[in-house]
Amino acid sequence: MTPGLATTVLAAGAPEHGGAVHYTAASGVFELSWLLIVLPLAGAAVLLLGGKRTDRFGHWVGTLAAAASFVVGLVIFIALVGRDSSDRAVSSHLFAWMPVNSFQVDVGLLVDQLSGVFVLLITGVGTLIHVYSIGYMAHDPGRRRFFAYMNLFLASMLLLVLGNNFLVLYAGWELVGLSSYLLIKFWEYRPAAATAANKAFYMNRVGDVGLALAIMFMFATVGSTNYEDVFGAAAGDMIGYGTITAVALLLLLGACGKSGQFPLQAWLPDAMEGPTPISALIHAATMVTAGVYLIARCAPIFNETQAARTVVLIIGAVTLLIGCVIGCAYDDIKKVLAYSTVSQIGYMFLAVGLGPAGYALGIAHLLAHGFFKAGLFLGSGSVIHAMNDEQDMRRYGGLRRLMPVTWVTFGLGYLAIIGLPPFSGFFTKDKIIETAFAKGGTSGYIYGIVALLGAGITAFYMTRLFVMTFHGRPRWSTEGADAKHPHESPLSMTVPMILLAVGSVAAGGLFIVGGTLSDWLAPVVGEHGEAHHTLSPAVVTALTLVVSVGGFAGAFLRYQLRPVAAVAPADSEVSLLTVAARRDLYANTFNEVAFMRPGQYLTRFLVWFDSVVIDGVVRGTAAGIGGLSGRLRRAQTGYVRTYALSMLGGTILVVGALLLVRAG
Amino acid sequence: MNPANYLILSGLLFAIGTVGVLTRRNAIVVFMCVELMLNACNLALVTFSRMNGNLEGQVIAFFVMVVAAAEVVIGLAIILTIFRTRRSASVDDVNLLKY
Repeated sequence: MTPGLATTVLAAGAPEHGGAVHYTAASGVFELSWLLIVLPLAGAAVLLLGGKRTDRFGHWVGTLAAAASFVVGLVIFIALVGRDSSDRAVSSHLFAWMPVNSFQVDVGLLVDQLSGVFVLLITGVGTLIHVYSIGYMAHDPGRRRFFAYMNLFLASMLLLVLGNNFLVLYAGWELVGLSSYLLIKFWEYRPAAATAANKAFYMNRVGDVGLALAIMFMFATVGSTNYEDVFGAAAGDMIGYGTITAVALLLLLGACGKSGQFPLQAWLPDAMEGPTPISALIHAATMVTAGVYLIARCAPIFNETQAARTVVLIIGAVTLLIGCVIGCAYDDIKKVLAYSTVSQIGYMFLAVGLGPAGYALGIAHLLAHGFFKAGLFLGSGSVIHAMNDEQDMRRYGGLRRLMPVTWVTFGLGYLAIIGLPPFSGFFTKDKIIETAFAKGGTSGYIYGIVALLGAGITAFYMTRLFVMTFHGRPRWSTEGADAKHPHESPLSMTVPMILLAVGSVAAGGLFIVGGTLSDWLAPVVGEHGEAHHTLSPAVVTALTLVVSVGGFAGAFLRYQLRPVAAVAPADSEVSLLTVAARRDLYANTFNEVAFMRPGQYLTRFLVWFDSVVIDGVVRGTAAGIGGLSGRLRRAQTGYVRTYALSMLGGTILVVGALLLVRAG
Repeated sequence: MNPANYLILSGLLFAIGTVGVLTRRNAIVVFMCVELMLNACNLALVTFSRMNGNLEGQVIAFFVMVVAAAEVVIGLAIILTIFRTRRSASVDDVNLLKY
């Protein structure tokens, strides 16, 4: 911000103009950006190393660390807003990580428009979830450990979004995987939780391999992993089309793994085995947003390759439908919300797959989703808490009067996700559908209709969830062995829910109306340009509303006006699609048949190969030498005279040989 | 006298010693045969010394004597110990270190 710095400032190039990418060196408050990561990391370290001594106040330390990080983030963001719009990408060099002759990897942080909003989302929503967890985990003996892992989660996610080169991003990426593993298996004495954590970790590894390969490709082609160099090379047409498409597809594989996109979506619903605040954290503020972040961050790469963008679009469209359809079939409130995340992230992928027109929309939907999904999860946690850990919606009903705050806040999140105006989901989702139609051609119509259909189904299953939980006749009893005494949650849980509800109401309009967010993000992801609409925006909006209201009406008729059975109907009584959806559209079965079983056979073969062939060679050698030795030792007769004879024979041989040599 | 005769005598004595070592069972006799071979060598060494007109052979003969004296001390001690424990001085009985 000092005038002298202006000489080093070059325009933070809009990549699609072919300009080189340049980041300004950090000064002033930006030099403190490392604090963002170090604060929650220090919180985690204190709680983990302090052990039981910190049990009493551990949750306060954790919450304070997250809140402090949020304050730093806010200060930095305000400073960012105060800068010139062409000068908002601020990079600070921290230390040299791997200084190996020609291979230089430095750890540096990049604060720009994109990471700025992510920092606010992560630390802001993260802090609210921390506050909520104080109440939610109050009776859990492992609360300190829980807060330590949550702090670690925040720190890893911040490292992921703040890194200024791909290796730092990768480090954060892996740490996010680790912390999600630790949190999903938080109740590790439950076999389901332990399995779910393993599943999440394995499926993430598949994606991680893609990201790692993409980084290796970049290094092999560009010779650097810095955003500046890689994006500069990509924008400057210095990378061949084949290579850049391969890199983009590998990045996409990584993004699919982290964001739970088709075909790697199966881990996300299982991750519901973790405590509910973790589901909120994974689904709203951290982890699953990483994939969208990665694609938006790599906009200069994806802009160069139409093929990869088409794959992103297809994955987004397929995933959003899969998520919706399965969401209709589950009765477990958290599973439905999990599949709704899968589906909403599908929307974001669809948006970023649309290229420069969609990046900002994807991020806008991501931010709005961060608010309403966190609110929905925290609300569901409040309900689960009140219902003695019952998660089956068929055992809920009529909770509206007993839990008014949860009802209102959950309701606002619900209205946001189904996209009724003026709630946030309306603005962001409507824009995505509109842009999908505006893509033009048959494919534009297909993506548009898929997105439209998704909006309708989303309205259906979310209404189903809402009505079954809060309305209708209670399907639980206050007596007997399974007695429930629902009550409103404590203040530490309701306050974050209220704040998130406010966010879910306001966020969408704030980001979309007047193109605030797309203007703000333009230097990072490129200008969105003039859209040429095939359908006028008003028509699309009207269609979206009609479809959403249709979905809402369908669910309302089915679940509000007619009684809901307290036990799910058997498979024989429901449609084939429902049966398939109840089995996650056979995704797990497919994974089992295609990967798990062959993998098991492979390992069994390898075990056999190892024990029979490899061990056989080793044991055979040993046995052969042993047998030979057994024969050779017969020479040791124990007769001294035999030894004397052999010495004589040896001597004669040596003398004979000597004579032969001298004579010859 | 022709020095070759001494060498022939030395060779004969060595052969007798060798056959004795290989064929006799009594450890004392085997031991004496070894001494016989050593002394056959000594005789050959002294003869060579004489034939070549220098003293090296005689010096080595003295060395052999010293070594033989030491060997006798140790060898007899071993034989005595064996006899005490096994009540026999037969070399064939000492066969604990076989396969």
